[in-house]
Amino acid sequence: MTLYLFYFLSFLAIISALMVVVSKNPVNSVLFLIITFFAIAGHYVLLNAQFLAAVHIIVYAGAIMVLFLYVIMMMNFSKESEPSKTKLSQIVATVAGGIFLITLIGALHFYDVDMSPGHSDPGAGLVGALGKVLFSKFLLPFEISSLLFLAAMTGVVLLGKKNNDNS
Amino acid sequence: MVSFITYKLILVIIVFLVSLLIAMYSTYAERKVAAFLQDRIGPNRAGPFGILQPLADGVKMFMKEEIIPDVSNKWLFILGPCIAMLTACMTGVVIPWGGVLTIRGHEYPMQVTDINIGILYLLGVVSIGVYGIMIGGWASNNKYSLLGALRASSQMISYELAMGFAIIALVMHTGTLSVREISEMQTGWHWNIIYQPLGFLIFIICAFAETNRAPFDLPECESELIGGYHTEYSSMKLGFYLFAEYINMFISSAVIATLYFGGYHVPFLGRFVHDANALAILGSVFLFAKIFFFIFFFMWIRWTLPRFRYDQLMHLGWKILIPLSLLNVAITGILMYLTGRIH
Repeated sequence: MTLYLFYFLSFLAIISALMVVVSKNPVNSVLFLIITFFAIAGHYVLLNAQFLAAVHIIVYAGAIMVLFLYVIMMMNFSKESEPSKTKLSQIVATVAGGIFLITLIGALHFYDVDMSPGHSDPGAGLVGALGKVLFSKFLLPFEISSLLFLAAMTGVVLLGKKNNDNS
Repeated sequence: MVSFITYKLILVIIVFLVSLLIAMYSTYAERKVAAFLQDRIGPNRAGPFGILQPLADGVKMFMKEEIIPDVSNKWLFILGPCIAMLTACMTGVVIPWGGVLTIRGHEYPMQVTDINIGILYLLGVVSIGVYGIMIGGWASNNKYSLLGALRASSQMISYELAMGFAIIALVMHTGTLSVREISEMQTGWHWNIIYQPLGFLIFIICAFAETNRAPFDLPECESELIGGYHTEYSSMKLGFYLFAEYINMFISSAVIATLYFGGYHVPFLGRFVHDANALAILGSVFLFAKIFFFIFFFMWIRWTLPRFRYDQLMHLGWKILIPLSLLNVAITGILMYLTGRIH
């Protein structure tokens, strides 16, 4: 059962991720990206990380993609307004992407990952365990990343304000 | 003994049908409440007291001509109301509708699933609910629909933040993310409203904004945007959007009753009723009484307060509710520290 679910979710994730790149209409791309996020959240649930799955849905599908969609709708991008790319830039993009793919495959090939199920503690993904780890072992990185977020937020507000004064 | 899957399936169907039934009669109740508040009679033609009015409305919706605008994106146009309806119906599964029924030694909890991240599930479904409106508004290819959709989405993501903070304070107080455990804690008079009055106020304001009900019904502001995001919709697709709003209202009332008003617990009921099953069923009845009160409250507010202006809406959301909800989190933390519940 779990195995079939895993194959189904993987299939869904890969197909919709491909569709994100392939589809011409940016709104369709965003919608396929949302489906990809849902498939990945499903994988988290299979790995017994329900908290991560829920937060993934809330933050990525529920907030960030809404903003993406918001901007795309406001700008009203469409097939016509998309800037056409020259042959040269297409070739360069293909080669660069291919090289990146080879690097990734090579890195994964030489990195010995233990993929066997039951490798980790089944309760590790639950809220309580995650909170304890975050606030003890990883307290410093946790606080530093929140500081980073705060800096980014303040920066955005500052930039927005500056623009407003000029106009 | 009914097998686990059958039992859950039956429960899901019951929850689904009850949501539809209550949403159906909410439309009738809405018109009756409006009539009462405006000193009118309200619908009274279909059946005694107009009790068949929802059926008549439903038939009318189905019989109307269905128009899909030529230039719109057809699939997304159909997808919009589907998502709105789907997300409206999804929330009911984590709400505990009652205690545990014991039949012939087997226990049947009146809740579809008690996942340990129930509250986050609620927030997640609420946060994807906005897509129904956004996609529908954009796919209509109409500037009024688009404006309505943009308003709706910015309103919903703004108020989601304050709602999340209100829930964080609640979770700090209860120490769990499971909706059933939160419900179980509120026996007697230990309702969360007493411990989280400010949180409740923020939560209910945000619930109004999330369901797009007046005074936050700017997305479908008739006087400026014709019909807002559903301007181009007709027939049952429009019906789905309107119906989803009523289901959302029912579910929000259920969530408010469960999180802040004791869920299926009634103070002193245990002294008079001693049979566990009778107590569980009575608890459900009282839960529904609480829910109906909040549905009435939603309507009461709608027909009492005028609509906000858009800048007032954003001002309230970002400059008043979010700081207040952060303050609420801080106060909750300090009080918990002072009372020695955390060290």
